[in-house]
Amino acid sequence: MIALNTVLILLAAFLGAFWQSAFQGIYRLLGAQIDLLPALIVYASLSSGLPTITLTALLGGLFVDSLSANPLGVSVLPLLIVGLVFYSKRDLILRDQLFAQCVLGFIASAVVPALTVLLILTKGHSPLLGWGSLWQWTVMSAAGAVATPVWFGLFGLFDRALNYSRSAETTFRPDREIRRGRR
Amino acid sequence: MLRRSHYMALGAVALVILVILNLPAQSASRLKLAIGSLFLPLFGLATSGQQAAERAADTLTPRSQLVRENEQLRRENAQLRLHAVQSAEIFRENARLRQLLGWQQKQPWKLKLAHVVLRDPANWWRTRQIDLGSRDGIRPDLPILSPEGYLIGRVGAVSLTHSQIVLLGDPTCRVAALVENEARDTGMIGVAGPFDGSLVEMSFLPPNAVLKPGQNVSTSGLGSIFPKGIPIGKVVDFRPVEYGLSMQARVKLGANLSSLEEVWVLFP
Repeated sequence: MIALNTVLILLAAFLGAFWQSAFQGIYRLLGAQIDLLPALIVYASLSSGLPTITLTALLGGLFVDSLSANPLGVSVLPLLIVGLVFYSKRDLILRDQLFAQCVLGFIASAVVPALTVLLILTKGHSPLLGWGSLWQWTVMSAAGAVATPVWFGLFGLFDRALNYSRSAETTFRPDREIRRGRR
Repeated sequence: MLRRSHYMALGAVALVILVILNLPAQSASRLKLAIGSLFLPLFGLATSGQQAAERAADTLTPRSQLVRENEQLRRENAQLRLHAVQSAEIFRENARLRQLLGWQQKQPWKLKLAHVVLRDPANWWRTRQIDLGSRDGIRPDLPILSPEGYLIGRVGAVSLTHSQIVLLGDPTCRVAALVENEARDTGMIGVAGPFDGSLVEMSFLPPNAVLKPGQNVSTSGLGSIFPKGIPIGKVVDFRPVEYGLSMQARVKLGANLSSLEEVWVLFP
């Protein structure tokens, strides 16, 4: 079932990368394209192991870069860094709380594009930046805050549909049964 | 704190990424196209979904509206036929005069219609993907026009079935242009702001350029990528830059880049 969870996360990365390129409604409405992968890496880092986080960052980053004018591979490291930081602190994070999910999604969606742009600039390219980029950054961060609980909800649904549900513990214990009658 | 296994994962991926980032441009481009080809089934799905939605919208359109639109299109078609006849006559006259003067004959442009299927997922680039590729004769640097005939960019990377187009305003798409005034002042169309893609900068204009808002801007033909005379847009405002050594104008693009659905690929 762990493998199934990993496959589902990678499938979500694949479809998410395509969706954010194909669906232009949000860009036309707000003037900024949202990024679903930081929110997905938050989910992966709080619910899966290290191999899943690494694969999600690697493949998700490559998927996005293959559809973009970004140099190939430039989105991978920011996703992995964010994923690893959250993974290392996940015992302290109340991952089931909606507020925590929103805050983590916001932070991830703010940090990942900033690090990506930094890497692109380091590589010697000159991306399109200006005061309008601040607005786009804000929209991306806010969208990440919304998208993270959505990913949690969606994968929760899959989890309930495809995994064995936990058996409810009964209060009956055979060793404490009151024996009646004479032996 | 990160454990040893985390550092190892980070190190391994960083190494892979460093290798990928430092691949030769051609290999990186091939790898990118190979990964991008994984999305081909989704391209097909998206296109058929869009067509189904259009068909559904067509069935819901009232008959009276369709009849009205049909009538309007017929009238427009008749006008355009008339224009085409006049243009053909002008073209013949132009060719005759060129022959008399001994100038080289101009070949008419060949155009191919393409559908825009994807936009760049990153906010810091201005590129789109179209549904024509190398099997359709597309090659890098071909000019791209809007349905109304305005220049909107050039072809970037090309795969077998799809191509990336780089739009005007992207840092990697620069166009030699001229202002249609008496002096025919030339400059270069450069980057746009990240938010408003309809305004681009025209730099390197001469300091004594006689500019006025509303003047048309078109390609100058210098630089050999874009043929001369493709309309780009209109001058909005201008100011001296670099201590008055040159002028810079803001140009409002004739095409609306944010709602591109179909484009023309121009084979000069």
